[in-house]
Amino acid sequence: MENQLRDYILMMADNVMILGQRLGEWCGHGPVLEQDIAITNIALDLIGEARNYYQYLGETEGKKEDEYPMKRDVRAFKNILLTEVPNGHWGDTIMRQCMFDCYHYYLLEGMTTSKNERLAAIAKKSIKEATYHLAFSGEWVIRLGDGTEESHQKMQQSLDDLMPYFNEMFIPESYEIWCHEQNIAPSSEVVRSSANEKFNAILTQATLQMPEKYYSKKGGKSGLHTENLGFILADMQYLQRSYPGVDW
Amino acid sequence: MKDWPLYEVFIRSKNGLNHKHVGSLHASDAHMAIQNARDVYTRRTEGVSIWVVEAKHITASNPDDKESLFDPAEDKVYRHPTFYELPNALKHM
Repeated sequence: MENQLRDYILMMADNVMILGQRLGEWCGHGPVLEQDIAITNIALDLIGEARNYYQYLGETEGKKEDEYPMKRDVRAFKNILLTEVPNGHWGDTIMRQCMFDCYHYYLLEGMTTSKNERLAAIAKKSIKEATYHLAFSGEWVIRLGDGTEESHQKMQQSLDDLMPYFNEMFIPESYEIWCHEQNIAPSSEVVRSSANEKFNAILTQATLQMPEKYYSKKGGKSGLHTENLGFILADMQYLQRSYPGVDW
Repeated sequence: MKDWPLYEVFIRSKNGLNHKHVGSLHASDAHMAIQNARDVYTRRTEGVSIWVVEAKHITASNPDDKESLFDPAEDKVYRHPTFYELPNALKHM
């Protein structure tokens, strides 16, 4: 397998693995039982998708799927920074989710016609889940943004806080450009324009204002992460690090 | 979220079967109740269709009326089709 394709698959996998792990932190802490179950359902969907990518790599490289999430160090992870941002309050989590879902949905949509049949198959399976995720998070952003004065204020703050992580999703790394040229991955520009249109439509309905000025962080896709990822991996990898090879 | 109304949830497990009451949940509106029901009650492929109805719209019989409502049917066995043999092809009776 070419290095660029390998990097691309890792990015796809790490995005949903790390966000799934983050959402899993809500388990038992959701604002109400129903939302607790809903958000952890989404976590399981994402981790399930991640497993499909890791299995693909594992089969190609003769490794077990667990090796990838459990035995790599921070710098080897290629997830975007947005996925490692702490959960904050429910509105923060929902805003982060909505941003990711806009990106994830259109990325998968483009990947359903990938020349790489394995990735196309994963995308076709996952896009059904992503469709629901986007409907869920979008409606929550609208419900809270256009809700009470307090919920509106909080959602506006969440948007302002998270916008610095938004653009990284659409700034392609060299391996993404390569994969697009090989017709393996959709163009970042196409994903950007569809995702932006959807996200802006949601914000309008939610009566939220895009901040006029914000700076953009990036680095995750090439392994330069915020300090948050180290803590996530410490939680996630503890068992494999303490008892190497443990299985059940 | 404390003032979210209660919704009763009905799930149709297969096409051709009727919707069955499976439980209840809280939601801010009917649409959210459908989403919540999907997440709470169909995680293990239990259904192909969901109905929700706000609990306050259900009028229930009074348990105190049990005798007058239901006892009179007890000694009328002829109302049950127990003397027929059902063809094997007939399911869900």
